Amino acid sequence: MDVNPVETILKRYDYQDSWLVAMLQDLQTEMHYLPKEALEYMAEKLGISRTRIFRVATFYAAFSLTPKGKHRIHVCLGTACHVRGAGLIVNTLERQLKIKPGGTTSDLQFSLDTVNCLGACASGPIVVVDGEYSGEMSSLKMEKLLKPYRKGKKES
Amino acid sequence: MVELTVDGQAVGAEKGKMLLPICLDAGFDIPHLCYNESVRPYGACRLCLVEVRKNGRGRMTTSCTYPVIEGIEVLTQTEKVLRARRLVIELILAMCPGDEEIQEMAREMGVEDVRFEKEEKDCILCGLCGRVCEEVVGANAIHFANKGSNREMIPPFAGEATDCIACGACVTVCPVNVIGMREESDERTIIRWKRTLKMKKCKVCGNYFAPWFQLEKFRQQAGLPTDFFDTCYSCRE
Amino acid sequence: MKRINSVEDLEREREKIRAARDPNKPCITICTGTGCHAAGCYPVAGALREALRTGGIEGEVDLRITGCHGFCERGPLVVINPQRILYQRVKPDDAPDIVSETLKKGKIIERLLYVHPLTEEKIVREDDVPFYKLQKRIIFGNNGNIDPTSIEDYLAIGGYSALAKALTSMEPQQIVEEVKKSGLRGRGGGGFHTGTKWESCRKASGDTRYVICNADEGDPGAYMDRSLLEGNPHSVLEGMIIGAFAIGSNEGYVYVRNEYPLAVENLRIALDRANDWGFFGKNILGSGFDFNVKINRGGGAFVCGESTALMASLEGQPGEPRAKHIHTVESGLYEKPTNLNNVETWANVPYIVNLGAEQYRQIGTDGSKGTKIFSLVGKVNNTGLVEVPMGITLREIVYDIGGGIIGGKRFKAIQTGGPSGGCLPESLLDLPVDFDRLTEAGSMMGSGGMIVMDENNCMVDVAKYFMNFLKEESCGKCASCREGTKRMYEVLHRITEGNGREGDIALLEDLSFVTAEASLCALGGTAPNPVLSTIRYFREEYEVHIKNKKCPAGVCKELITYRIIPNQCTICGRCQKVCPSQAIRGKIKMKKPFEILPEKCIRCGMCSEACKFDAIEIV
Repeated sequence: MDVNPVETILKRYDYQDSWLVAMLQDLQTEMHYLPKEALEYMAEKLGISRTRIFRVATFYAAFSLTPKGKHRIHVCLGTACHVRGAGLIVNTLERQLKIKPGGTTSDLQFSLDTVNCLGACASGPIVVVDGEYSGEMSSLKMEKLLKPYRKGKKES
Repeated sequence: MVELTVDGQAVGAEKGKMLLPICLDAGFDIPHLCYNESVRPYGACRLCLVEVRKNGRGRMTTSCTYPVIEGIEVLTQTEKVLRARRLVIELILAMCPGDEEIQEMAREMGVEDVRFEKEEKDCILCGLCGRVCEEVVGANAIHFANKGSNREMIPPFAGEATDCIACGACVTVCPVNVIGMREESDERTIIRWKRTLKMKKCKVCGNYFAPWFQLEKFRQQAGLPTDFFDTCYSCRE
Repeated sequence: MKRINSVEDLEREREKIRAARDPNKPCITICTGTGCHAAGCYPVAGALREALRTGGIEGEVDLRITGCHGFCERGPLVVINPQRILYQRVKPDDAPDIVSETLKKGKIIERLLYVHPLTEEKIVREDDVPFYKLQKRIIFGNNGNIDPTSIEDYLAIGGYSALAKALTSMEPQQIVEEVKKSGLRGRGGGGFHTGTKWESCRKASGDTRYVICNADEGDPGAYMDRSLLEGNPHSVLEGMIIGAFAIGSNEGYVYVRNEYPLAVENLRIALDRANDWGFFGKNILGSGFDFNVKINRGGGAFVCGESTALMASLEGQPGEPRAKHIHTVESGLYEKPTNLNNVETWANVPYIVNLGAEQYRQIGTDGSKGTKIFSLVGKVNNTGLVEVPMGITLREIVYDIGGGIIGGKRFKAIQTGGPSGGCLPESLLDLPVDFDRLTEAGSMMGSGGMIVMDENNCMVDVAKYFMNFLKEESCGKCASCREGTKRMYEVLHRITEGNGREGDIALLEDLSFVTAEASLCALGGTAPNPVLSTIRYFREEYEVHIKNKKCPAGVCKELITYRIIPNQCTICGRCQKVCPSQAIRGKIKMKKPFEILPEKCIRCGMCSEACKFDAIEIV
């Protein structure tokens, strides 16, 4: 494992374990998931137990211990999106990608996640693909939205 | 010292001490699963609920996490308390229908069956094993992971608990006996944590008495001489 | 920028900024809140910039990128000042016209105006649009006037004057008294009296005290805190500095949701600029008072809205609440006295200090003073953020500001207070909105989400939705909350699948009791509200699910059938094309209406969405 990115993050927070959540955020951003080796390295350098880092890493929704796909799909399941039918969009994606929320396609192309609320309730249902927001989504529109990603025309 | 009443009976206690041990010492019967005096109170199982009244206002709280203050009135058997405890034990029983200790407790509270789909878990998530491992043993080999309905007690990254010293403290404190320890010739295994360690033989009696890994760790922590653990505890004096 | 060391310096600088600005100079403001962002405001901003350049009036017109104006439904929003002309749903192609017609010739572009849905009158000025007209935007209104990344903009509208007043002409205790007198209550959910909290923290023993801004807006369907942080971050920071001074704290934290990247970014910029100017750091404005703030990004856990869980998270621990027999104002973060308020509460502080408690108390009801920002979303015409005086009725919010229900459908319920709140029925539309009245009705204020539901929303499904949320978001420590929410979900799920049993309503009530009464924190304490309030007001809907195995709203998949209405079917074949399960029978050349095969239909709704003739119904 290349320890340099982890060291950079540790230094950014001056090896202070109170900033653990922030460090894991940065690690997640950097690697797109939290590799076990990186977490173990971090625990050792911070002088904290592996149980603690594992607890924190599995407690918060922002973190994933498994690698995510190249394209990240987030479907907002906030209340406003729910009452406008976001659940049907999730069903459609589950069917099309053959994965459940939290899962990643076997070719590592897509990850599907649901989020509690993105705070863009007025334009719900909201779907975010690789950070790009699309409002007033529906199952039919979803097909169209994903097309360029499927064909590899859009790079993340 | 402070004065309080429990079900009308006057009880004296040290200020700030938790209510549950005070009530238990005074002979009141309060069910509990996640309390153990060797670790900090936690309040996970919610069975030790009581009603506490002060300044005319009452509310239900877990007695294990309630530091006593002067003049409170504690009620351990109100309708509300008993109803809540019955529902809590029903929920725990539905989660771990095979645990005999839980079945027994439920029966005592008048709960014979559950109104939910039975799960096949055995751990009641009281956290005692992890808390003892952290606070008393200091090995930090296991603890909670995930949250909400996905919460579980496992070693970090699942698999074998590589920080476990196989001391067996967790086995002892587990209120439902689901961790399990096995000793075969020179090996000790903590079954639930998939941890097997070689044992050390006592130079005097020849019995295997504790895992090497554990003794070595204690020895280094305490800065003891290398031959300190050559003899077992019983042969030492 | 050189640090400002006195109030006199501050006022001198403020005058300089104001003098350099001509209030009559045309200024285009473009809303770039998340709603407008999703609607494509940035291409519009680019096109306007380009149009100003090609039109040769680049230097004569200011272009200001602002935070959320609130009227998200009609975004992207553009306002032309000083006339305050509101153009809505603006596209990049409209930019040349806006420049050549409105800015050069002073002509209004009719097609971009807001049309009153009832009178069909075209409304020119932003303030005349009913959506805005009936609001009282004392906290949120400035979002539309300033560029959140410009501290100069904030200073120009009087920013940091409350801080100057507090630091130089008020004693800390006097500020606490003023906040107490104002009647301000916590906008994060609990509605605790802010001044009382400050006082307890101020009086708690110890040298180190912390102040925290809770910006971990976790209620799904609420985004006012996000919009305040994105659009006017200095107002929140100013409130925090004043609070810290009053309480005697030198260190603060903002705990902000990481899912809000723009809020984090704008807050960071604001904090840096305010540091440069000397509103943070040592000896603020020469008063001798020191204060610093750090930004901490939340990990995405709803339970961290609970103050003790949030503090655990700040310490780098899992967000598990702890017992509060000793309150956090005495022993909070790192076991030091800690005062935590949410974003909107902090943003109210400068207003109160500037105007005085007496003035502030004029707004609101007996028990709830001031205004509250709500996110009015769901099945309502004018979705967006609205700031209204406490005491306004739900009807005024939904109908007068919100413009009623989409498509003229029937109002069914309004959900307030997030997962801790409840669903209120039509008969309560005249309920005045304040902390106590909402709680009495079985809901709560929460952080201010208001989700409007119509006849097509199933209340059992809504209760199930919240329980699914809560069973995942419970920290899992208390058996009563972890297992109670899980089992409530289980029971609701079987009801929505047509497997409900006699006695399930009573079972839900039992579970509600144990979850609320036996759990440690407010998450468990309020978790049953969505279930209890829907049972209370929509009991017959539960009964129809349980006894008749029907979902009257047509939502619960197992209880509905999709059907093609023969005489409305135009035999176009669109439904058949999109159906993922080959459940639609028919051929265009047969010239016979299409048919849905119930045994093959997976009830995904794609056909109904594809049909342009409303020929597919749910029975």
